[in-house]
Amino acid sequence: MRGFLLNRLSQSLVLLVIVSIIGFGILNLLPGGPLAQFGLDPGMTQQDIERLKGLLGLDRPIWIQYLDWAWRLVRGDWGHSFRDGAPVLEIIGSHLFATLLLMGSSTAIAISIGAWIGIRGATRRYSLFDYLATVGAMVALSVPTFWFGLVGIYIFSLKLGWLPAGNMSEIGDSSILGYLHHLILPSVVLSLVHVAIWSRYMRTATLDAISQDFVKTARAKGLSERRILMKHVVGNALLPMITLAGMQLPSILTGALVTETVFTWPGMGRLFLDSLGYSDYPVVMGLLMFSAILVLLGNLIADIVVAIVDPRIRLA
Amino acid sequence: MTALTANAAPSRWRNNRAALRFMRHRLALLGLAMIIFLSLACVLGPHLLPYDSLYIDLRARFAPPLTGYHFLGTDPLGRDLAARLLMAGRISLLVGFFAMVLSTLIGTLVGVIAGYRGGWVGAALMRTVDGFLSFPSIFLLLALAAALKPSPVMITIIIALTSWMEVARIVEAEVRSLREREFVLAGRMLGLSGTHIMFREILPNAMGPIIVASTLTVARAILMEAYISFLGYGIQPPLPSWGNMLNGAQQYLGSAPWLAIIPGAAITIAVTSFNFIGDGLRDALDVRDDHI
Repeated sequence: MRGFLLNRLSQSLVLLVIVSIIGFGILNLLPGGPLAQFGLDPGMTQQDIERLKGLLGLDRPIWIQYLDWAWRLVRGDWGHSFRDGAPVLEIIGSHLFATLLLMGSSTAIAISIGAWIGIRGATRRYSLFDYLATVGAMVALSVPTFWFGLVGIYIFSLKLGWLPAGNMSEIGDSSILGYLHHLILPSVVLSLVHVAIWSRYMRTATLDAISQDFVKTARAKGLSERRILMKHVVGNALLPMITLAGMQLPSILTGALVTETVFTWPGMGRLFLDSLGYSDYPVVMGLLMFSAILVLLGNLIADIVVAIVDPRIRLA
Repeated sequence: MTALTANAAPSRWRNNRAALRFMRHRLALLGLAMIIFLSLACVLGPHLLPYDSLYIDLRARFAPPLTGYHFLGTDPLGRDLAARLLMAGRISLLVGFFAMVLSTLIGTLVGVIAGYRGGWVGAALMRTVDGFLSFPSIFLLLALAAALKPSPVMITIIIALTSWMEVARIVEAEVRSLREREFVLAGRMLGLSGTHIMFREILPNAMGPIIVASTLTVARAILMEAYISFLGYGIQPPLPSWGNMLNGAQQYLGSAPWLAIIPGAAITIAVTSFNFIGDGLRDALDVRDDHI
């Protein structure tokens, strides 16, 4: 286990370095580069900018600047927002919960519905249900999330009036039921693509497991089909599910950004777009790096959990 | 030995069989027909419609579809939605197509070099692929779009820069498995250069997976263009694209829902069609299913 952990951790560290190099490259592409903040100030002359460059060390070789920037990231000094001067990490932290809540609830929806469709499709292979699920998954993967959100708002908020069209809660109402009510539509919208992915995965995994010898043995023992399905088939599909959940993190975050925009959900995605609108580059860069680190961390945790549960992996 | 002959000589017979298998895939044919129809409509349509996509008719603002002279209705400025939809389709389809070409080129180049050279070069290239895949693509796209001036060409390049990794992974795996085959050894003994072996001997054998992946990349690129244009950082008005037609549609959702529904439906139809075609090609070219 220790060898596995060390190996996996070093992989993540290497990736973290590569991610930071890509991030640093984008930072230097942004208009004005790290000095963008001062370009907005009309009182600044070109000479002032040059002097600042010297003061901030931007005239040093690029790789020293990179190391300096990376070291500050490691120490938790992610810079300050141009808008209100608050530390970037603090701002991200205050928007993290809303995004995690949205991602968590939509993943729960995606896994439960997707697994049901996938298992049902696999046990009734080539039935009408299976065919429709297969075609439906491909269509679901093609629907732009924001458009699905708009259609959802049109039907359920504007026409039927069942669900709120945006925000996380009504002003003055902090009851859990109020939050849940606001959470339904955005999580369903965000989950559509992942329902498709999970249903495809569960179908393949179930078909794989059904043809295995242990299923024949279980049948020979006289277990009920239901018990075989739940215990032997689904049980075997569970482990790769953890890895798959980790792998889907980037696409969930992409979907979350779009969903948050449509539903004015006060999360990281909305913060990212607001900051872009204000050219608040420290926050933009902070969120870019934060989202990538979140993805690396998610995958690392998923791999470790799988290794803890499954000895075949940590011993390999 | 049989594997060698089957791989080294992709005969005409084999291609015919692939074409036949594709023709039997009904959804793929439907997708292909839709794409041909959409492309023709976008190329010819604007010439046949009575309204220009930029013509502003303030007396006919917010006309619903199928009323009056405007087939699909009009937008808040009274511009004909059908004309705008077709002009937007030109941009969206072209961006999708060229982003695919560019990202396939980058991905193939990286994948072939990483797979054939292996060693630390291959490792470094593939870790870079992993690095790019660690960013949620929309964050990367928006940051790049904010950094660079958004013209259609630049948007195409940005989308290509964030979607070449899938192809690189597929090509790398394919090339790595072909590298030790007899025909490569034969090529080396004949004294062929590394470039020749990589691109003329090995690459043609990996065409199947590349074709499938690039078809799916068109679908992805159209979606990505729609995402960033919807958010206001992609194709800039007055140039219409399917994505930016939806930008601002949300505030009229109650009064003019067609403004949101019609362009979104166009995106969904185009993307679904490319995904269907990709699925058919995967079956026809017998590419093993790595995707979920």
